[in-house]
Amino acid sequence: MAEDCVLDVQGVFKRFKRGERHHSLRDLVPSLARRLVGRERAPSPDQRDFWALQDVSFRVQRGEAFGIIGANGAGKSTILKLLTRIMRPTRGTIRVAGRVSALIEVSAGFHRDLTGRENIYLNGAILGMTMPEIRQRFDAIVAFSGLEDFIDTPVKRYSSGMFARLGFSVAAHVDADVLLVDEVLSVGDYLFQRKCIERMNAIVASGVTIVFVSHNLRELTSLCRRSLLLERGTVQMIGPTAEVIRTYFSHGQQSRELEAGKELLITRVTVHDGKGSGVQFPSGGKLYVTVDARARTRHEDLSVVIQIVDEHQYPLFDTCTQRLSSGPITLDADQELTCTFELDLSLAEGTFHVNAFLHRYLTNRPQDRWLSAATFFVKGAPTVRGIVNLHPRLTQCHVGPSDNSAVPVPSVWETAPPVGRRP
Amino acid sequence: MIEAIRELLDHQLLLYMITLREIRVKYKQSAMGMLWAVLMPLVIVGAGVIVRYAFAMVSGKPLMMLDLTSVAVKAAPWAFFVAAIRFGANSLIVNEDLVTKIYLPRLVFPLAAVGSQLIDFLVAAVVVSVFLVVAGAGLSAHVLWLPLLLGSLILLASALAILLAAASLFYRDVKFIVEVFLTFAIFFTPVFYDSATFGPWAPLLLVNPVSPLLEGMSSAVVLHRSPPLAWISYSVVFSVVLVGVAMTTFRRLEPLFAENV
Repeated sequence: MAEDCVLDVQGVFKRFKRGERHHSLRDLVPSLARRLVGRERAPSPDQRDFWALQDVSFRVQRGEAFGIIGANGAGKSTILKLLTRIMRPTRGTIRVAGRVSALIEVSAGFHRDLTGRENIYLNGAILGMTMPEIRQRFDAIVAFSGLEDFIDTPVKRYSSGMFARLGFSVAAHVDADVLLVDEVLSVGDYLFQRKCIERMNAIVASGVTIVFVSHNLRELTSLCRRSLLLERGTVQMIGPTAEVIRTYFSHGQQSRELEAGKELLITRVTVHDGKGSGVQFPSGGKLYVTVDARARTRHEDLSVVIQIVDEHQYPLFDTCTQRLSSGPITLDADQELTCTFELDLSLAEGTFHVNAFLHRYLTNRPQDRWLSAATFFVKGAPTVRGIVNLHPRLTQCHVGPSDNSAVPVPSVWETAPPVGRRP
Repeated sequence: MIEAIRELLDHQLLLYMITLREIRVKYKQSAMGMLWAVLMPLVIVGAGVIVRYAFAMVSGKPLMMLDLTSVAVKAAPWAFFVAAIRFGANSLIVNEDLVTKIYLPRLVFPLAAVGSQLIDFLVAAVVVSVFLVVAGAGLSAHVLWLPLLLGSLILLASALAILLAAASLFYRDVKFIVEVFLTFAIFFTPVFYDSATFGPWAPLLLVNPVSPLLEGMSSAVVLHRSPPLAWISYSVVFSVVLVGVAMTTFRRLEPLFAENV
């Protein structure tokens, strides 16, 4: 192993058994008997086995923050379970230099009947801290969790948010050479999440190696320089996080074929910048969304709706051909429709999805819909954070003696037009 | 085996904390709290005394104080042995969350189960000691046998707890088998009676490795005699070997725990 390589995963395979196994002798004995008699052969291994990971190899350097990206069931959690030694790989080797700690299932070590104080000591020991370490950090842990007033209350009386906060606080104070993180930053309220992210950043800055698994790609990009793309248990790509995310989304873009039962279908939704299609666009630039649809029989009075949602599917914006003062669209049998919308991309850095709908012009009845038909990633302007880019300019930044003339505040705030409504 | 012991030594605090958790949790939210640790052995000893008294009534033999003290001395460690195995056999299943979600040497669970019962036993031992003093059982150098006998009993209980914990993780049947076995075991172990009662058949009872240990304790504390060396060595060797087998087996199965719970 190279000197500064902390984590070395080489050719790892992990096989799981599908289906229920013999969990009682009652099932085992008859099946063994059948096998002995040879009447019924055991299902062949390839049918019953399921490879969660196949030939996964990667290395992580000391002090690096490394991301793992993949759809549900791609094998991300399995990798983490192998790294923590909860499970052992079926084949291959995993070498870790130093102490591994995991911000995974941070409350698993708690006992409901014990108080917060007792649980901190218990969980500290479970996570591998020594007694002096726990004593020394006890106050910091309690302060971080913000549960000073409830620390002598049994945790079963805690709300689920308090429970999770205490769990994260203990886990975040464990010394480790390698820290594994799995979606824990979604713990607690907004303020606590901010605290968690700050803590994570501090840990990264202190030179601890981090392996980060998350669907929150925005956080992943800000934390990890390098990432791994996992697809159905195999490594698709290892590289700079932004590139990996782009590949991840481009794999998700597929076109739909006319299904048997459907007479009208959105076949393709693409995002591009006018020159070529892509998935990453600079904030403040132009974005073109092209929707293709096809009809098998004649359809009249159609309108095309596009909606932009954030990664939690919260609608941010929608528009449609009808509102853009185009008349009703009529499609004859086997005719194709192509609509392109030009948008000013006033979004800040983040991940966004395009939902596309075909509506009846007059009744607004949806004829076809395709959620998350396309996904794009906005590369942030350095001046803004948040969801939208309001293109700020500094017109005044005055330092001087205070005067009493207060800035006039408008008595009625102008409300923004409602967002997310159908046409 | 050596590796297993080394890992345990590295995780002493963990073992201590889990044991402490078991003890704390056991008496949390019970009105009598730790008093139960005193009451439970009293009930078992009391049951033994009643059985013994009934024997004496039926057979017409006079009831000797020696019999009662002997029953008391044997019943308390027996209660520990049974509880340790019952608790230990379930220890991995009960801690499923920790087994599947966090890595730690899982050997601590059966051991902590045995350890927490051991604390109860210590409380019971104090009660029994008081009883012995009141009954005027006296004291002799033979008491020095106790550490070996108790140590051996603890090893035996730990070995069985470790093996059964692993087994019941794969097959829940084990839980029921253990229950049935422990319920009937009292008949095959000289707790409320002495193996000598059976004359030439006594060895049949002493094959049960718990029997020589219990009778040895009674002989050392109550009768002030050296226990039969051959049978004691048999039990001690049996316990040590079984612990070795149990730890090795457990270690070998451990990587499979998380996916088979």
